[in-house]
Amino acid sequence: MRFFTALVAGLLFGAGLLVSGMTDPANVLGFLDIFGEWRPQLAYVMGAAVLTAAPTFWAMRRRRQSLLGTPIDFPDRRRVDKPLLAGATMFGVGWGLSGICPGPGIVLLASGHGMAYLFMAAVIAGIWMVKLAGNKEDSR
Amino acid sequence: MISLTSPQVVRAVCGGMLIGAGAATLLLLNGRIAGVSGILGNVVREALGEQAWRVAFLVGLLVPALILGVGSAHLPQHWAWAIASGLLVGAGTQIGGGCTSGHGVCGLANLSTRSLVATLTFMTCAVITVLIVRHVGVP
Repeated sequence: MRFFTALVAGLLFGAGLLVSGMTDPANVLGFLDIFGEWRPQLAYVMGAAVLTAAPTFWAMRRRRQSLLGTPIDFPDRRRVDKPLLAGATMFGVGWGLSGICPGPGIVLLASGHGMAYLFMAAVIAGIWMVKLAGNKEDSR
Repeated sequence: MISLTSPQVVRAVCGGMLIGAGAATLLLLNGRIAGVSGILGNVVREALGEQAWRVAFLVGLLVPALILGVGSAHLPQHWAWAIASGLLVGAGTQIGGGCTSGHGVCGLANLSTRSLVATLTFMTCAVITVLIVRHVGVP
Protein backbone atom coordinates (compact mmCIF):
# COMPACT_ATOMS: atom_id res chain seq x y z
CA MET A 1 0.00 0.00 0.00
CA ARG A 2 2.78 2.41 0.91
CA PHE A 3 4.43 1.50 -2.35
CA PHE A 4 1.25 2.32 -4.25
CA THR A 5 0.60 5.65 -2.52
CA ALA A 6 4.22 6.74 -3.06
CA LEU A 7 3.83 5.82 -6.73
CA VAL A 8 0.67 7.97 -6.97
CA ALA A 9 2.48 10.87 -5.25
CA GLY A 10 5.35 10.52 -7.72
CA LEU A 11 2.94 10.40 -10.67
CA LEU A 12 1.25 13.65 -9.55
CA PHE A 13 4.62 15.30 -8.95
CA GLY A 14 6.05 14.13 -12.29
CA ALA A 15 2.92 15.16 -14.22
CA GLY A 16 3.08 18.56 -12.50
CA LEU A 17 6.71 19.08 -13.53
CA LEU A 18 5.81 18.25 -17.14
CA VAL A 19 2.63 20.34 -17.32
CA SER A 20 4.31 23.33 -15.68
CA GLY A 21 7.09 23.42 -18.26
CA MET A 22 9.75 23.09 -15.55
CA THR A 23 11.28 20.07 -17.25
CA ASP A 24 12.59 22.41 -19.96
CA PRO A 25 15.78 23.94 -18.56
CA ALA A 26 15.20 26.95 -20.83
CA ASN A 27 12.18 27.94 -18.69
CA VAL A 28 14.19 27.57 -15.47
CA LEU A 29 17.19 29.51 -16.79
CA GLY A 30 14.73 32.09 -18.16
CA PHE A 31 13.40 32.60 -14.62
CA LEU A 32 16.88 32.84 -13.13
CA ASP A 33 17.95 35.32 -15.84
CA ILE A 34 16.41 38.36 -14.20
CA PHE A 35 18.59 40.70 -16.27
CA GLY A 36 17.56 39.10 -19.57
CA GLU A 37 14.19 38.20 -21.08
CA TRP A 38 12.62 37.12 -17.79
CA ARG A 39 10.25 34.13 -17.69
CA PRO A 40 8.10 34.24 -14.54
CA GLN A 41 6.60 30.73 -14.78
CA LEU A 42 8.76 29.17 -12.05
CA ALA A 43 7.38 31.63 -9.50
CA TYR A 44 3.81 30.60 -10.37
CA VAL A 45 4.71 26.91 -10.21
CA MET A 46 6.35 27.23 -6.81
CA GLY A 47 3.61 29.50 -5.44
CA ALA A 48 0.84 27.14 -6.56
CA ALA A 49 2.73 24.08 -5.26
CA VAL A 50 3.38 25.63 -1.84
CA LEU A 51 -0.22 26.88 -1.45
CA THR A 52 -1.63 23.49 -2.49
CA ALA A 53 0.62 21.51 -0.14
CA ALA A 54 0.45 23.88 2.86
CA PRO A 55 -2.95 22.89 4.36
CA THR A 56 -1.90 19.22 4.47
CA PHE A 57 1.45 20.11 6.05
CA TRP A 58 -0.26 22.16 8.76
CA ALA A 59 -2.89 19.50 9.44
CA MET A 60 -0.22 16.81 9.71
CA ARG A 61 1.75 18.73 12.32
CA ARG A 62 -0.85 17.79 14.94
CA ARG A 63 -0.85 14.14 14.06
CA ARG A 64 1.57 11.41 15.10
CA GLN A 65 0.90 9.10 12.20
CA SER A 66 0.06 9.28 8.52
CA LEU A 67 -3.32 7.98 7.36
CA LEU A 68 -1.63 4.64 6.64
CA GLY A 69 -0.25 4.50 10.18
CA THR A 70 3.40 5.25 9.40
CA PRO A 71 5.31 7.74 11.58
CA ILE A 72 5.45 11.28 10.22
CA ASP A 73 8.96 12.09 9.14
CA PHE A 74 9.17 15.84 9.69
CA PRO A 75 12.77 17.10 9.75
CA ASP A 76 13.93 17.75 13.33
CA ARG A 77 16.63 20.25 12.41
CA ARG A 78 15.42 23.82 12.68
CA ARG A 79 18.66 25.78 12.90
CA VAL A 80 20.27 27.62 10.04
CA ASP A 81 23.82 26.25 10.05
CA LYS A 82 26.94 26.28 7.91
CA PRO A 83 26.23 23.04 6.00
CA LEU A 84 22.81 24.43 5.02
CA LEU A 85 24.32 27.63 3.61
CA ALA A 86 27.32 25.93 1.99
CA GLY A 87 25.16 23.20 0.44
CA ALA A 88 22.51 25.63 -0.82
CA THR A 89 25.26 27.78 -2.36
CA MET A 90 26.77 24.80 -4.19
CA PHE A 91 23.36 23.63 -5.34
CA GLY A 92 22.47 27.14 -6.54
CA VAL A 93 25.62 27.42 -8.66
CA GLY A 94 25.08 23.93 -10.12
CA TRP A 95 21.42 24.65 -10.82
CA GLY A 96 22.34 27.94 -12.51
CA LEU A 97 24.83 26.17 -14.80
CA SER A 98 22.25 23.84 -16.37
CA GLY A 99 18.77 24.88 -15.20
CA ILE A 100 18.19 21.31 -13.97
CA CYS A 101 17.44 20.31 -10.37
CA PRO A 102 16.95 16.71 -9.16
CA GLY A 103 13.18 16.36 -9.91
CA PRO A 104 13.31 17.54 -13.54
CA GLY A 105 16.66 15.73 -13.85
CA ILE A 106 14.87 12.41 -13.29
CA VAL A 107 11.98 13.33 -15.60
CA LEU A 108 14.46 14.31 -18.34
CA LEU A 109 15.85 10.74 -18.36
CA ALA A 110 12.69 9.91 -20.33
CA SER A 111 14.04 12.06 -23.18
CA GLY A 112 16.65 9.37 -23.81
CA HIS A 113 19.17 12.14 -24.34
CA GLY A 114 22.75 11.25 -23.35
CA MET A 115 23.25 14.64 -21.68
CA ALA A 116 20.37 13.90 -19.26
CA TYR A 117 21.99 10.59 -18.25
CA LEU A 118 25.37 12.26 -17.85
CA PHE A 119 23.82 14.94 -15.63
CA MET A 120 22.04 12.42 -13.37
CA ALA A 121 25.16 10.22 -13.18
CA ALA A 122 27.06 13.30 -11.97
CA VAL A 123 24.30 14.07 -9.43
CA ILE A 124 24.57 10.56 -7.99
CA ALA A 125 28.38 10.82 -8.00
CA GLY A 126 28.09 14.13 -6.12
CA ILE A 127 25.76 12.57 -3.54
CA TRP A 128 28.17 9.66 -3.06
CA MET A 129 31.22 11.90 -2.70
CA VAL A 130 29.49 13.64 0.20
CA LYS A 131 28.41 10.34 1.75
CA LEU A 132 31.92 8.91 1.44
CA ALA A 133 33.41 12.06 2.97
CA GLY A 134 31.17 11.37 5.95
CA ASN A 135 29.60 14.80 5.82
CA LYS A 136 26.19 13.25 5.53
CA GLU A 137 23.19 15.42 6.17
CA ASP A 138 19.85 13.64 6.17
CA SER A 139 18.97 15.23 2.85
CA ARG A 140 15.34 15.78 1.95
CA MET B 1 6.16 40.15 -19.31
CA ILE B 2 3.54 37.48 -19.95
CA SER B 3 -0.10 38.16 -19.09
CA LEU B 4 -1.79 36.26 -16.26
CA THR B 5 -4.10 34.38 -18.61
CA SER B 6 -1.41 33.25 -21.04
CA PRO B 7 -1.21 29.47 -21.61
CA GLN B 8 2.25 29.37 -20.00
CA VAL B 9 0.96 30.87 -16.76
CA VAL B 10 -2.13 28.63 -16.69
CA ARG B 11 0.10 25.60 -17.21
CA ALA B 12 2.51 26.83 -14.54
CA VAL B 13 -0.29 27.18 -11.98
CA CYS B 14 -1.91 23.83 -12.88
CA GLY B 15 1.49 22.08 -12.84
CA GLY B 16 2.32 23.70 -9.51
CA MET B 17 -0.97 22.46 -8.05
CA LEU B 18 -0.18 18.92 -9.22
CA ILE B 19 3.29 19.14 -7.63
CA GLY B 20 1.71 20.40 -4.40
CA ALA B 21 -0.87 17.62 -4.52
CA GLY B 22 1.93 15.07 -4.97
CA ALA B 23 3.80 16.45 -1.96
CA ALA B 24 0.58 16.49 0.10
CA THR B 25 -0.25 12.90 -0.89
CA LEU B 26 3.15 11.59 0.18
CA LEU B 27 2.92 13.34 3.56
CA LEU B 28 -0.74 12.49 4.18
CA LEU B 29 -0.49 8.78 3.35
CA ASN B 30 3.19 7.90 3.81
CA GLY B 31 4.22 10.52 6.37
CA ARG B 32 7.17 11.41 4.15
CA ILE B 33 8.60 14.61 2.71
CA ALA B 34 8.63 14.75 -1.10
CA GLY B 35 12.20 15.98 -1.45
CA VAL B 36 13.66 14.49 -4.59
CA SER B 37 17.35 14.89 -3.63
CA GLY B 38 16.69 13.25 -0.26
CA ILE B 39 14.73 10.38 -1.77
CA LEU B 40 17.46 9.89 -4.35
CA GLY B 41 20.22 10.14 -1.73
CA ASN B 42 18.62 7.58 0.56
CA VAL B 43 17.34 5.16 -2.03
CA VAL B 44 20.37 2.89 -1.97
CA ARG B 45 21.24 3.34 1.67
CA GLU B 46 18.45 1.74 3.61
CA ALA B 47 16.95 -1.69 4.03
CA LEU B 48 14.96 -3.04 1.13
CA GLY B 49 11.56 -2.67 2.80
CA GLU B 50 12.11 1.02 3.47
CA GLN B 51 13.51 1.52 0.03
CA ALA B 52 10.38 0.42 -1.83
CA TRP B 53 8.42 3.66 -1.38
CA ARG B 54 11.38 5.71 -2.59
CA VAL B 55 11.79 3.61 -5.72
CA ALA B 56 8.01 3.87 -6.28
CA PHE B 57 8.08 7.67 -5.99
CA LEU B 58 11.01 7.97 -8.41
CA VAL B 59 9.32 5.63 -10.91
CA GLY B 60 6.16 7.73 -10.57
CA LEU B 61 8.15 10.86 -11.43
CA LEU B 62 9.40 9.26 -14.62
CA VAL B 63 6.22 7.58 -15.90
CA PRO B 64 4.23 10.65 -17.09
CA ALA B 65 7.21 11.69 -19.23
CA LEU B 66 7.57 8.18 -20.63
CA ILE B 67 3.90 8.23 -21.69
CA LEU B 68 3.54 11.84 -22.80
CA GLY B 69 7.11 12.56 -23.88
CA VAL B 70 9.33 15.25 -22.39
CA GLY B 71 8.64 17.84 -25.08
CA SER B 72 10.96 20.77 -25.48
CA ALA B 73 14.10 20.29 -23.36
CA HIS B 74 17.18 22.47 -23.72
CA LEU B 75 19.86 20.26 -22.19
CA PRO B 76 23.48 21.34 -21.66
CA GLN B 77 25.40 21.53 -24.92
CA HIS B 78 28.72 20.31 -23.58
CA TRP B 79 29.45 17.21 -21.48
CA ALA B 80 31.74 19.15 -19.12
CA TRP B 81 28.88 21.54 -18.34
CA ALA B 82 26.50 18.63 -17.53
CA ILE B 83 29.08 16.98 -15.27
CA ALA B 84 30.04 20.16 -13.40
CA SER B 85 26.39 21.08 -12.88
CA GLY B 86 25.39 17.56 -11.79
CA LEU B 87 28.25 17.21 -9.30
CA LEU B 88 27.40 20.55 -7.66
CA VAL B 89 23.67 19.72 -7.59
CA GLY B 90 24.29 16.27 -6.09
CA ALA B 91 26.85 17.32 -3.47
CA GLY B 92 25.13 20.63 -2.68
CA THR B 93 21.69 19.13 -2.06
CA GLN B 94 23.26 16.41 0.08
CA ILE B 95 25.22 18.87 2.24
CA GLY B 96 22.40 21.41 2.38
CA GLY B 97 19.75 18.81 3.13
CA GLY B 98 17.40 19.49 0.25
CA CYS B 99 16.65 20.88 -3.19
CA THR B 100 13.88 22.80 -4.91
CA SER B 101 11.27 20.22 -3.86
CA GLY B 102 12.38 19.48 -0.28
CA HIS B 103 13.29 23.01 0.80
CA GLY B 104 11.47 24.98 -1.90
CA VAL B 105 8.06 23.28 -1.95
CA CYS B 106 7.73 21.15 1.22
CA GLY B 107 9.86 23.34 3.51
CA LEU B 108 8.08 26.55 2.54
CA ALA B 109 4.66 24.83 2.86
CA ASN B 110 5.76 23.80 6.35
CA LEU B 111 6.80 27.41 7.17
CA SER B 112 10.36 26.31 7.97
CA THR B 113 12.83 29.17 8.46
CA ARG B 114 15.67 26.80 7.61
CA SER B 115 14.09 25.97 4.26
CA LEU B 116 13.30 29.63 3.55
CA VAL B 117 16.97 30.54 4.11
CA ALA B 118 18.08 27.60 1.93
CA THR B 119 15.65 28.57 -0.86
CA LEU B 120 16.72 32.24 -0.85
CA THR B 121 20.38 31.14 -0.84
CA PHE B 122 20.16 28.73 -3.78
CA MET B 123 17.92 31.09 -5.77
CA THR B 124 20.36 33.98 -5.28
CA CYS B 125 23.39 31.85 -6.19
CA ALA B 126 21.62 30.49 -9.28
CA VAL B 127 20.65 34.01 -10.41
CA ILE B 128 24.28 35.18 -9.98
CA THR B 129 25.55 32.11 -11.88
CA VAL B 130 23.20 32.77 -14.81
CA LEU B 131 24.15 36.45 -14.73
CA ILE B 132 27.84 35.58 -15.01
CA VAL B 133 27.35 32.92 -17.69
CA ARG B 134 24.94 34.87 -19.87
CA HIS B 135 25.83 38.52 -19.36
CA VAL B 136 29.37 38.77 -18.05
CA GLY B 137 30.64 35.85 -20.08
CA VAL B 138 32.90 33.05 -18.94
CA PRO B 139 36.49 32.96 -20.17
